[in-house]
Amino acid sequence: MSQLPDRTSDLSRRSLLRGTAAAGLLATPAVALLSACAGSSSGDDKADTGAKTNDNPLGVADTGKVDVVVFNGGLGDAYAKFDVTVFNKKHAQVTVNLSSTQKIKTEQQPKFSTTPADLINNAGADIMALDTLVNEGALTELTPLLDAPSWDDPSKKVRDTLLPGTVSDGTFDGKVFVLNYAYTVFGMWYNQALFDKNGWTAPTSFDEFFTLAPKIKAAGTAPFAFAGKYPYYMRWAIMSWIWMAGGKQTVVDIDNLKPGCWKTPEVLAALEATEKLVKDGYTLAGSATLSHTESQQAWLDGKAALLPCGTWLENEMRPTIPSGFQMKLANFWSVSANDKAKGAVYAGSGENWIVPKKAANAAAGMEFLRAMLSVEGAGKFAELTSSLSSRAGSGDKVTNSTALVSAGEVMKAASGDLISFKHPDWYADIDKAEQNAIGELMAGRMTAAKFADTLQTATDKVAKDSAIKKFTRDA
Amino acid sequence: MRHGKARFVASFLVLPVGLYVFYVLWPYAQDIAYSLTNWGGYSDTQEFVGLDNYVRLFKDELIRKAFWHSVFFLVTVPVFTIALALLFAFLLNVGGRGSRAGVRGVWGSNVYKVVFFFPQVLSLVLVAIMWQAIYRGDEQGLLNGVLIKIGLVDADKPLQFVADPTPFLGVPTVLWWLLLIAVWGGTGFYMVLFSAAMQSIPKDIFEAATLDGATRVSTFFRVTLPLLRDSVSVAWVYLGFIALDMYALVYVMTPSQGGPDHASEVFASVINFTAFNKGQFGYACAIAVALGIFTLLLAAVQLRVTRRERIEY
Repeated sequence: MSQLPDRTSDLSRRSLLRGTAAAGLLATPAVALLSACAGSSSGDDKADTGAKTNDNPLGVADTGKVDVVVFNGGLGDAYAKFDVTVFNKKHAQVTVNLSSTQKIKTEQQPKFSTTPADLINNAGADIMALDTLVNEGALTELTPLLDAPSWDDPSKKVRDTLLPGTVSDGTFDGKVFVLNYAYTVFGMWYNQALFDKNGWTAPTSFDEFFTLAPKIKAAGTAPFAFAGKYPYYMRWAIMSWIWMAGGKQTVVDIDNLKPGCWKTPEVLAALEATEKLVKDGYTLAGSATLSHTESQQAWLDGKAALLPCGTWLENEMRPTIPSGFQMKLANFWSVSANDKAKGAVYAGSGENWIVPKKAANAAAGMEFLRAMLSVEGAGKFAELTSSLSSRAGSGDKVTNSTALVSAGEVMKAASGDLISFKHPDWYADIDKAEQNAIGELMAGRMTAAKFADTLQTATDKVAKDSAIKKFTRDA
Repeated sequence: MRHGKARFVASFLVLPVGLYVFYVLWPYAQDIAYSLTNWGGYSDTQEFVGLDNYVRLFKDELIRKAFWHSVFFLVTVPVFTIALALLFAFLLNVGGRGSRAGVRGVWGSNVYKVVFFFPQVLSLVLVAIMWQAIYRGDEQGLLNGVLIKIGLVDADKPLQFVADPTPFLGVPTVLWWLLLIAVWGGTGFYMVLFSAAMQSIPKDIFEAATLDGATRVSTFFRVTLPLLRDSVSVAWVYLGFIALDMYALVYVMTPSQGGPDHASEVFASVINFTAFNKGQFGYACAIAVALGIFTLLLAAVQLRVTRRERIEY
């Protein structure tokens, strides 16, 4: 049973550090010991490389082996097993040693500087800190892979088959070291069966919601449920609304701690719409106190019509989804007709795959990734995990999950830049103030104006504090 | 021979003392050292900042909040727990007044003893998870469900329990609900403690009081309580420590671990946030040292105040 929520995608630097802190402390002495022997291994037993052809753009040797490690967690390892067959279609003579584990760091870190695997799915609680790996120069740059022709269509580069944001999510100081294979889309979930039965359509704007909500309420269902105990669930919706209302620059300003960033009319419009949703009594009674799973179950039980969450929802709740339930995702509602970023979607990639610098057969490691990013491989991933792959169109052939199909549709309809926000990962004080304020706003104890004041004060305080390291973004 | 004896004793002590020094005293020393630096927790570099962290501590609004919440628990947890435990122990051991002669507990006291002690065998996190279901803030919550069914609570406005920051008697409501759990969980153990102490009081004293025509109430206040002074005093110190902690309940049960809106912040939750979320280990260590000093002072004061001449029996 998971008490604290986690999300598979969008691993923030801070949560990553937190997760590895304890393990890191324990591992340090071991690393010191290892570095002694690491230095002594001078033999460079790199595998032979083959000729680079159009069908073998990375120059994988005809024979030999490639070691691949998959994290056997929430997404399982069945998809990687399938990818072995895809890989062997083009490289029949290369042996793939696929191992699956949950202890990525425990097993991989000790041999990382000597004989690491060729491709590693760095994920889970026992994850290796990415920034450390990058800073230590322990990873192979994946640019050759991104610039290689894609598995199925030689006229298209791998880079161009990826969903937006995937390349930049894996880029550190201008270099691509990580490929995030899974893709999460956020939005409003609803049960198509329930909506059909009552003749409702999923709202696309706050106006539509406020028209529909009284009807939903009259039918004995709460229009809206949310995870009040963990206010950051609601933050995904609120920040998306702010982005839609004010456009990308509004959120960039908030992330950059610009004076007055929370006091613009657009931010206020988004906050006031949220306040009205609460004040008009359209939230599930008691929702402000519920945990993520409690609110999600209440929604599955038909006590509420709409729920904000990400695409891991179906996998997370699978054991308790009632039969006949048609889980579907719609984009977050537009705030008003004056929105500056209409149709923007909040989505991002996660679940990283890396090729170690010392990999004996780095070319084959990357080639395996190329196979994973094939139409067949990515399609199987989507089918097996009900999650989108960061390969565009992975969900196209999947018909057994209405959730996945609808998420694919949301992505296709997305316009402009993808929504993203950084301030909670950059500044713990603002994160805390924001979560507290969202909690109060959603419980009906705080107005939109007071919310903006509170966040502006918290932002200004951090901006003035010279002890806090500042970050900036321009895109 | 004296020399050999000392060596013999030392050989037994060296391992436990070594372990204690390494795992308890050494971390204390490290904590104090770190509290004088601006260490962030993830690097191997830090600057010495003297007492800056301690100066900052006194200006920190969050610490002040946590301090007053701790004071609330410091007063209420021991008072309610000891009062209830004493009452139950008295009823279970000497409170019974049947037609028969002699001193005994109320009818069925053995069953009550087990029932009251039961929370003690559950881990604190388990207790918190169980109470989450009881306190759940919608109609599916155990209390809310019952109260809504019998019409005491409006179905549109269920009780929010640990998500309710509004003041009740000047203290955030969430703290009262957490207090209830702490008292519920602690009473059983102290009841057993007091029962044992009561059983060591000679029965003749109670019988003499009864013969003199003392009522149950006056027996309790004039005979039992004075003879239990030592046990109560120890319980008070222990419960003080528990009251200063409360962390497991706050962490598992309250929104954003110390919320809503800092309404249930205690020292430990502030330390956790400062160290692991803000990455200010140095400052967090200073808070921990301050809490440690506060705890020691408190224990000293409590033991001093409750110290009296022992009554031999």
